[in-house]
Amino acid sequence: MEFPPSFILPFTIGLLFISCFLVIIVGIWISQLSKIDKSRIRNNIFTRKSLQAIREIFSESLLHRKIFSKNPVLGYMHMSLAFGWFLLIVVGHIDACNHYQTLSVPAYKAIFMRYFVTEPASTLSGKILAASMDLLLLFVLSGVMLAYFKRLNSRMFGMKKTTRLKTGDRIALSALWLIFPLRFLAESVSAGIHHNGSIISQPTGNMLASLLPVQSLEMPLWWAYSGSLGLFFFALPVSRYMHIPVEVVMIFLRKYGIKVQKRIDGFSRIQVYSCSRCGICLDSCQMTHAAIKDTQSVYVLKHIRNKNLTDEKLFNCLLCGRCQPDCPVGLELNNLRMTQRIESTKEYNSSYEYLKDGKVAVSPQTEVIYFAGCMTHLTPAIIKSMKEIFAVADVKYWFMDEDKTACCGRPLMQVGQFEAAKKLIEHNRERILASGAKKLVVSCPICYKVFNEDYALSGISVQHHSEYLLELMADKRLPVHKMPLRVVYHDPCELGRGSGIYHQPRLLLDEYAEVISIKNEKEAAFCCGGSLANIKIQMNERNQIRDKALDEYLSYQPDMLATACPLCKKTFAKSRDLPVHDIAEIVYMAIRQKNTSLPGQNKTSKELKMELWG
Amino acid sequence: MKHIVIIGGGIAGIETASALTDAGHWVTVIEKEAQVGGKLNNWSYLFPDFTPVDKIKSVLQEKCSEKDFSVLHQTEVRSILRQNGKFSIETSGEQQLEADAVVVATGYELFDARRKEEYGYKIYDHVITSADLEQLLLPNGDLTVAAGENPKRIAFVHCVGSRDEKSGNHYCSKVCCITGVKQAIELRKRLPEAEIYCFYMDLRMYGKHFEELYREAQEKYDIQFIRGRLSEASEKIDKSLLIKAEDTLSGRPLKMNVDLLVLLVGMEAGKGTTTAAATCGIGCEESGFLKTTDSFLKSNFSEQEGIFLAGSCTAPMSVNDTILHARSAAQEVNNWLLRK
Amino acid sequence: MKNFGYTVIKQRTIDYDQFDGRLLNEVLEMEPSFKVCLSCGGCTATCSAGDLVSFNVRRMNLLLRRGQTVELESEIKKCMLCGKCMLVCPRGINLRNVIMLVKKSILKYKPVNS
Repeated sequence: MEFPPSFILPFTIGLLFISCFLVIIVGIWISQLSKIDKSRIRNNIFTRKSLQAIREIFSESLLHRKIFSKNPVLGYMHMSLAFGWFLLIVVGHIDACNHYQTLSVPAYKAIFMRYFVTEPASTLSGKILAASMDLLLLFVLSGVMLAYFKRLNSRMFGMKKTTRLKTGDRIALSALWLIFPLRFLAESVSAGIHHNGSIISQPTGNMLASLLPVQSLEMPLWWAYSGSLGLFFFALPVSRYMHIPVEVVMIFLRKYGIKVQKRIDGFSRIQVYSCSRCGICLDSCQMTHAAIKDTQSVYVLKHIRNKNLTDEKLFNCLLCGRCQPDCPVGLELNNLRMTQRIESTKEYNSSYEYLKDGKVAVSPQTEVIYFAGCMTHLTPAIIKSMKEIFAVADVKYWFMDEDKTACCGRPLMQVGQFEAAKKLIEHNRERILASGAKKLVVSCPICYKVFNEDYALSGISVQHHSEYLLELMADKRLPVHKMPLRVVYHDPCELGRGSGIYHQPRLLLDEYAEVISIKNEKEAAFCCGGSLANIKIQMNERNQIRDKALDEYLSYQPDMLATACPLCKKTFAKSRDLPVHDIAEIVYMAIRQKNTSLPGQNKTSKELKMELWG
Repeated sequence: MKHIVIIGGGIAGIETASALTDAGHWVTVIEKEAQVGGKLNNWSYLFPDFTPVDKIKSVLQEKCSEKDFSVLHQTEVRSILRQNGKFSIETSGEQQLEADAVVVATGYELFDARRKEEYGYKIYDHVITSADLEQLLLPNGDLTVAAGENPKRIAFVHCVGSRDEKSGNHYCSKVCCITGVKQAIELRKRLPEAEIYCFYMDLRMYGKHFEELYREAQEKYDIQFIRGRLSEASEKIDKSLLIKAEDTLSGRPLKMNVDLLVLLVGMEAGKGTTTAAATCGIGCEESGFLKTTDSFLKSNFSEQEGIFLAGSCTAPMSVNDTILHARSAAQEVNNWLLRK
Repeated sequence: MKNFGYTVIKQRTIDYDQFDGRLLNEVLEMEPSFKVCLSCGGCTATCSAGDLVSFNVRRMNLLLRRGQTVELESEIKKCMLCGKCMLVCPRGINLRNVIMLVKKSILKYKPVNS
C-alpha cells in the first residue's frame, strides 16, 4: 500500500482532532439543554425550519449580509474570508472528484491537489475548475489583505475600536492569515516546476521559477501550508474562531425555537462560543462616552468563556440593548448577561414578609388601575398631569401605588434577583386581580415591561400611558390642540428596544406638538444613562453619557425634550439647556392651552415658550 | 482722570461706584434692569436683625443721585476688547465706552426650584420659595392658602438647590439657613397660632448674631427644627401637602401634612455672570461662580489684569459681606490705577 | 457569700475599639462614593420598603460604619432595590451597589461574638 507523503500529517491530524472535538463538545452542550428544548430539536429537525436555518447560515455566516448593510468594506472582508474559503473547499472537492473520476476522494487529496496532480488540466471542465480555484484564492487573499490593514488601522474600516486579543486568538489568527498566502505560494511554486497551474498560479509560478530555486522550495512550502492548517485546527478550540462551527449549530437551534434561559445551560454556552469577537458591539456601546472600555458585550462573553468574569464587569452595563441589533450573529446579549447575573447573586437573601402585615390597603373594585411607579413619585408633574387628564376624560380609576406599595419587581430582576422579584410580583398581582380591573395603565416603562411580560395578568390589558392616552384621544375623549413647539422625543430603553413601542408615543405627541425626526431614534436611540440595571457606574460617569446624548438632541435646536419615562426625565432634567417634559405633561399642557386661549387666538412659539418656561 | 466701567448695578456695583467716585475717578455703571439695587429689591427685611431693606436701598439711591457716577439703565455689555492698555466696551445700546479698569459685579440668581421637581414647585399650589415668601411677608402680602384661611402648619426646607449633586450644585449657599430662621420668626409674628417647622441637614449659623437668632427662634418663637432631608411632597385633594422626611435623630421616617411649604433656594451664578465670564475671558469655578486670584489677599482680582470682581458673582454672599467686598474692590482698583 | 446580683449587661455604649471593620473596608474599596454620606436621611424618607416596615437605609449605612453586622444582615433583606434612594441622595452615592456588596460580603464576615 502506498503511504501518502508525511507533509499531509499536520493537516489530517488537525482535521481529525477538530472534528472529534466539535462532535463531542456540541454533543455535551445539547445534552445540557432542557427536556423541552431537546423535544424542540426532535420535532423540528426534519421540517422546513432546517431549510430556513440553512438559508440563514448562507446569508449571514457566509455572505455576512448584516455586516454588509452596516459597513460594506467590513462586510466584504468577512465575506471574502468566509464565503471564499467555503467555496474553495467545495469547488476544490468538485475539482478533485472531476479529476479522479470518483466521488470518494480523501480530504488531503483535494486540499493539496496541486501537489499530487502534476499534469495541467486537460479537459474543459478541468480547466474551468482550475481557473475558478485560482480566482477564489485571489478573492480570499483580498480579504486577508483587508484584515491585515484592519488590525493596523481599524478607523479605516469605520470601526472606532477593535477587540483586544488573547494568546489563543493570536496563534489562531496568525495561522489563519498564513494559510492562504502559503497556499498561493505552494501552488505557484508547484506550477513553476510542473506547469500544472492556471490563470494566476501559472504566471506567478513562472516568475518565481526564474528568480528562486523552486525545486528545493516546493516541499517546505507544502509542509508550511499543511502546518498552518494544522495549527489553525489545533488552536481553534481556544480561539474566537470556534464561532465558525458553533454559529452554524446555534442558527439551527435558534430556528427550532430555543432561547437563552434564566439558568446557564447548553444553549447559553453555544451562544457564548458563537461570538466571533468582531467588535461591532463596541461601537454602539455608550459606556465608551464615560471612558469605560472593558465591560462591553464582547469582553463579557470572553470572560464567561474563560470563567473569569468579575461582578465589576458583569454589573457595569446599562442593559440598554443598543448592541443587540448590531450583532451580526444575533446573540441574545442582554439575556446572556442576565443569566450570569442570576448565577452571581443566587445566594443573596431577601425577605418581604412585611408585605403581608396588613398595612397595604385592600383593593377597591375598579375598571382602570393607574400604577405610577416608584420613580414617578419623584417626578410628580407626571402624576398631576395624569390625574388631570383622567378628570378631563372622565375616567374612574384606582391610583394603586399612591401610598404604601411594593415596587413592581423589575429593578430586582435587572440585577439578577429573580427569586426575590417573584415575591413582589406575587403580592402585587394579588392586589391587581382582587380589584377586578380590566385595564392597567402605568407611567414607567420599567414597570410596564415587567407587568406585560412576567405578571401573567390574563384578561387585563396592560398599557403604558402613552398608549392609553393615544386610545383616549382616538376615542375623542381628549381635546386635541397642536402647540407650535418643536419637540425631540427620546425613546426610553425599556419602552423602545425593551418592549417595541416606538410609534404610539410619536403618534400621540404629533397631535399636540411638532415632533422632529432625528438620526439616533427608535431602535438606534440613545440611553439616558440613568439605567437601574447598572449598579457599578458612578454618578459623574452617568452624567457623561447623558451629556453626549443631550448634545446630539441640542444640535436639532428643539424647544423641548419629550420623554416617556420618569427616570429618563430625572436624568435629563439636570441639564439647564433644555426643558424636559413627559408626554403626559405635554398633552395636559396643550389641553390647558386650548382651554385658556380665546378662539382664534393662537400663541406663537415664542410667546408660548415665554409663558411656559420664562 | 481714569474711567472705570462697572458691570452690574446691584449693591456691589453701586457701592464700588460710590467709593471709586469718592477717590476721584470717573465711573459708569451698566445695569440691565430699569432700576438699580439688583436682588435687594426682592427682600424686605435683612437678617439677622430685621433691618428694613429700605434703609439700605435709600442709601444706595442717595449715592446714585448725589454722587457723580453715571448709570446706564436697561443696558448690557456686548463685548470687551483690550486695546492699547485700555478696555474697549460695546454695549447693547450701541455705545462704545473706553475704560482703564473694569469691575464685574453681575451678582447671582436664585436656584429655579422647578428643577427640584419632587418638591412640587409650580406643580402644587402651596409650594413657594423664600423669595416668594419675602414678598408675602410685606404688610399687604396675602398668606392665605386653601379655603382662604391662614396656614396652620408651615414647613421650611433647607438646602434646596445647594449641597445637592442632583441639582448640579455641590457647594453650600451659606445664607439660606439664616434666611430660613429669619423668615420663620417673621411668619410667627404674622401667624401666632401656626406650627412652624424647619427641615434641615445642617444649620449653618456662620455670622455675627446668627447663632443667637437661632436660639431665639427656638426659645421665644417656638420654631421646631427637625434634622432630616425632605425626599418628596405630594398634594392631597384639599390642596394641602403631604411631605416625607426622615427624623434622623430619632431614626424613623416621618410624614406630615402641611398647608404651606417654603423652599429655601440657594444662590447660583446667573446668566449675567456666565456671560460676563465669557465676555471678559475670566474663568469660572466648578460651581459656576467667577474665579478670584485667591481667597485671602486678592479676592477682588480676576485672571485678567485690570478686570476686578465685586460681590456675589464670586460666591454666595450676604448683603453686609457684599458691601465689604465691594469697598475692598474699589480700594484694589484705586491702588492698581495709581501704580500704573 | 451573698450573691450581689451582678449580671453581664449587654453593652449599650458603642465600643469603637472592638469594631470589626472588614465588611466596611471591603464595601468602601468597591464603592468609594459611600465615603461621603452625611446621614441626611433623604434615602430613608423616600424608601419604598421604609413605608411598610421599619427599614431604614440611613441607619443601615450607619450600622455598616459601626461594624454591627448582625442587625445589618436582618435589615438588608427588606430592600426592594427600587432605586428611589439613589435618585434622592444629594451626595450622589451609589446606594444600590452598597446594598448588593453588603449582601455579597455579609456571609463572609459574620461577627466573632454574634
